[in-house]
Amino acid sequence: MEQFFQQLTNGLAVGGIYALIALGYTMVYGVLKLINFAHGDLFTYGAYLGLTLLVSLLLQDRLGSVVGVLVLAAMVMGLVGLIGVILERSAYRPLRTSPRLSAVVSALGASIFLQNALMLIYGARYQVYPENVLPQAAVSLFGLNIPLMRIVVVLVSLIMMAALYLFVQKTKTGTAIRAAAIDQGAARLMGIDVDRVIRLVFLIGPALGGAAGLLVGLYYGQVNFTMGWIYGMKAFTAAILGGIGNIPGAMVGGLLLGVIEALGAAYLSIAWKDAIAFVVLILILIIRPTGLLGERVAEKV
Amino acid sequence: MAKRRLFWAYVLAAAVLAAAPLLLDAYWVDVLNSVGLYALLALSLNLILGDAGLFNMGHAAFYAVGAYTGAILNTQLGVPILWALPVAGLVAALFAALVARPVIHLRGDYLLIVTVGMGEIVRIALVNNVFGLTGGANGIFGIARPSLFGYRVRRPQEFFYLIWAFVALTVMLFNRLEQSRFGRALNYLREDEVAAEGSGINTVRYKLMAFALGAGWAGMAGSLYAAKMTIISPESFSFWESVVLFLIVILGGSGSIPGVIAGAALVVGLPELFRKFASARMLVFGLVMMIMMIVRPQGLFPLRRPRFREADLDREAVP
Repeated sequence: MEQFFQQLTNGLAVGGIYALIALGYTMVYGVLKLINFAHGDLFTYGAYLGLTLLVSLLLQDRLGSVVGVLVLAAMVMGLVGLIGVILERSAYRPLRTSPRLSAVVSALGASIFLQNALMLIYGARYQVYPENVLPQAAVSLFGLNIPLMRIVVVLVSLIMMAALYLFVQKTKTGTAIRAAAIDQGAARLMGIDVDRVIRLVFLIGPALGGAAGLLVGLYYGQVNFTMGWIYGMKAFTAAILGGIGNIPGAMVGGLLLGVIEALGAAYLSIAWKDAIAFVVLILILIIRPTGLLGERVAEKV
Repeated sequence: MAKRRLFWAYVLAAAVLAAAPLLLDAYWVDVLNSVGLYALLALSLNLILGDAGLFNMGHAAFYAVGAYTGAILNTQLGVPILWALPVAGLVAALFAALVARPVIHLRGDYLLIVTVGMGEIVRIALVNNVFGLTGGANGIFGIARPSLFGYRVRRPQEFFYLIWAFVALTVMLFNRLEQSRFGRALNYLREDEVAAEGSGINTVRYKLMAFALGAGWAGMAGSLYAAKMTIISPESFSFWESVVLFLIVILGGSGSIPGVIAGAALVVGLPELFRKFASARMLVFGLVMMIMMIVRPQGLFPLRRPRFREADLDREAVP
């Protein structure tokens, strides 16, 4: 039972990270109907930028660990969001009216480009985060010893998801995003600047992905330039699982996938861990392509 | 006219290639061997991606199934690798038909994602030594060299002729296929699925056939690869392999056979000229992909569709 709960909480932490990345996929898909293949790499940029800023600025020493990490997170999110906006402007905007395949190939190209740029800058080896950025304590919860970092990851991702949900549901800008997702032409007629909405989506999604990258760095302590691909694929699976284009769906899908993967790795086979997400992906597309919470039938499926 | 020019281009290319091993050293012949293998694989993917318009980004999985079938038949049962070739193709085709059946109705990027997932599952299965046959992460070694009419193919120069003869055969067959009822049906499917179905094309059946045929051909190329390397491991069939194949087809000009071969030469051969910048190879690829899609989305050598002209009408009218 102890192992079960350890795996469950671990799954929730990993799932929270998947959910944060999945939000970026799902928002972009909602507005542009495009799979942003480069999103996983933006997540990696978050992890690497976090590492660089952490080592060079030493914020945690100057401002204390909690405030330092919060400032760091804000900087990482801002920078990765900026990269996202530049990416949209250079790789996706020129292709907005082109056939789907062109945009997909461009997105893949962007992914390959970003990943290899990172490799050329930092080298191909694993990069190690400094230890003890945050206190490495374990919290005793219902008789379980749970690493503090795990709880932080879950809480941070839940707070960010809730903030995004409230933003999209309650504010005027959020309404504009939802309107653009439903019908771009009609949204334009209603006086919504759709280009601005798309820019905003490419700011928020990558910012959340970047935050997820920083969390991974702090949680696992090491990052690699290729990790964005596997995290990206899994987060995309999470987005499909919850229903692509659906923001609460991405949250549910992410947490669920994290738990399925953690429990599957513990009880079925650790060697097949990475295949679990792909099996889930294929099954969900065969059985229920709209995902768990997706009400809109994706027209192309 | 264009057709005749293309024919002479093929003849010229064949002549140049036939002379190449006499002029180049073993290293460059080996590069050309790689180009040939990738051309084979890309031509097989072109059938699925270019002709039928199905976004398959897990082609390395079929390539892997073929390579492993050939290798297992050769090392476990002692079947000569060239005899194993058709079996490997058949197994890969059956495998493709089986796994593609439940997802063939998915369109566009959904199919792309699913095929990526399938490719990964196959790779993980190979690493995990599925059925105890694939040798885990180390793969299979000690695959016997092929022999042809009692002659053992060993040196790169000898492989060169074997591989490029296979490429020539493939070009000939796929050219015929493109102009057949089957090929036209696939093109119709790609352009407008609803209209194709409306004119009596069984879309699911044709899509599956394209998948199986492309996969089978990739399987045979895989067996050839196994024979050339004498050792295969899951690493050789990673996701990037599928991406490179996808890239060759898209860059060369999807649906166009000469385009795809030129694409293989560019993507596989060109980086060899710039070995100094080998680490930046993929960076440039990514950049080229983005720029190409904006500037020239149809690829470098796109398919020129035959156009109906008034002159054709006159020719028909004259008895």
